[in-house]
Amino acid sequence: MDNAGLTACVQRLAGKAEEIKNALPLSLVIEASSLVDVCEGLHKNPETYFDMLTCITGVDNGPEAGTMEVIYHFYSIPFNHALMLKVVLPRENAEVESVTAIWKSANWLEREVFDMFGINFKNHPDLRRILMPADWVGYPLRKDYEHEESYRGIKID
Amino acid sequence: MNPQQYTYSEDNLVNSEPNKFDAAKLKSEEMIINLGPQHPSTHGVLRLEVLSDGEIIKEVVPHIGYLHRCFEKHAEQLPYNQIIPFVDRMDYLASMNSEHAYAMGVEKMLGITGQIPKRVEYIRVLVAEMNRIASHLIAVGAFGLDLGAFTPFFWIMRDREHILRLLEWASGARMLYNYIWVGGLFYDLPVGFEQRCREFITYFRPKAIELEQLLVDNKIFIDRTANVGVLPLNLAINSGATGPMLRGSGLRFDLRKVDGYSVYPELDFDIPVGEGKMGAVGDCWDRTWVRVREIHESLNIMQQCIDKLEGEHRRTRDFDPQAIVPKKIRPQVQEIYVRAENPKGELGFYFRADGKSDIPFRCKVRACSFVNLSILPELCRGVLIADLIAILGSIDIVLGEVDR
Repeated sequence: MDNAGLTACVQRLAGKAEEIKNALPLSLVIEASSLVDVCEGLHKNPETYFDMLTCITGVDNGPEAGTMEVIYHFYSIPFNHALMLKVVLPRENAEVESVTAIWKSANWLEREVFDMFGINFKNHPDLRRILMPADWVGYPLRKDYEHEESYRGIKID
Repeated sequence: MNPQQYTYSEDNLVNSEPNKFDAAKLKSEEMIINLGPQHPSTHGVLRLEVLSDGEIIKEVVPHIGYLHRCFEKHAEQLPYNQIIPFVDRMDYLASMNSEHAYAMGVEKMLGITGQIPKRVEYIRVLVAEMNRIASHLIAVGAFGLDLGAFTPFFWIMRDREHILRLLEWASGARMLYNYIWVGGLFYDLPVGFEQRCREFITYFRPKAIELEQLLVDNKIFIDRTANVGVLPLNLAINSGATGPMLRGSGLRFDLRKVDGYSVYPELDFDIPVGEGKMGAVGDCWDRTWVRVREIHESLNIMQQCIDKLEGEHRRTRDFDPQAIVPKKIRPQVQEIYVRAENPKGELGFYFRADGKSDIPFRCKVRACSFVNLSILPELCRGVLIADLIAILGSIDIVLGEVDR
């Protein structure tokens, strides 16, 4: 399916989908509330069949913009097409539904986004920190992150 | 005397990575076994928390992050060309492949993908395939070591050293090369490199067959790996497995063919897939066999690259590998996801450029080892503890890439 077809398909599922300029592969912004429906639709539809969730990226736009983004990178092996699906969240109490029920690969990828950005994934089976220690303070990849003076008696430079 | 950096306190002894399972709530038969992070067969600093009922594993919980070096945070503070040494240090067994993927990504952002001289592209593919052989050798040899086969490890180390010396001759470093630059290469190949590569191929072809006979066709090895850790294809795809993991499960999927990046479309090579020769399709033996076959395919690719580098795209006096290396890398406002086939799977880079600076606004790595490792709990339910080591070894992880 070409880009126009994919856009139409996502628009039908989400109600509204905005295309990002200068993005490769095709990148669409949807409402966070419709995420799971769209994902399920894209996964089940025999014309799109996105069987692989390759990656989940978190992006912090900074305190001035006040938003964070979660980007889902999908790929379909039989059709060889790719899609980036994006949800925009507020920086405070960012929360989005988990897609672990559809793709198992989402488990660790969502945990990583939670660890680095503090975005909460609702209905995730095991949402713990993954790369940082369990008692680490703060979310390191946020733009306004400032590290602590020391961690368990070890000075951080 | 140095000022004291570290003082004793009770707080320092607290476990910063607590167990997921509570020992007080276990049933009478159950126990928690802690494996790692300093265990030789975890291939680095991986810690596995194993909930077992006698010899049978009920649940495995990997604890990772002991080697986290903040790659993505560093990348947000460095210009594009200075990130390359950091990329080397992710998958330190296959630095050339990672560099190749990274350089391709930035070139795509700058729109200079088509302008790279053919000689540069062939050199890139040549060194990347050499590094792929080195990485697969470690994977196969260390897997044998996990299962108690000691000799193959020494043999692969001996042969791998030839590759590392060749790459050191080309780039100046043994493992972390910084050789492939955005838009070109650090140096052209040294004079006589192609001839030495030919000698290596002649030397190594029989050695690769010998390795196959010694390890992969070995009765003990087959008994330990066939029908163990069977990864069905639908689970492999759903869990995002790529590389030899996915091909071992029987899908002919290789990004070198699918995407056809660099000069791979001009090269002739096969993609080996798991066929279940010794057991079920997708078991540990199949994954290892795929790696061994890929070594042979990489040798073929090397051969073809050398032919081109000595023939059509031979060395000329005025050839400058840095001719179109951009002095300042400032891409337009855009976001892009690029991927390439690493020895361990699909390595992806997501970049976002804001168009105002030489520094990426966001640089995310899709690490193949990270995603492949996340399948481990699925594969290990109900197997013996000895098989856990076999399954882990057959996934072929590099902790530098898992933790980044």
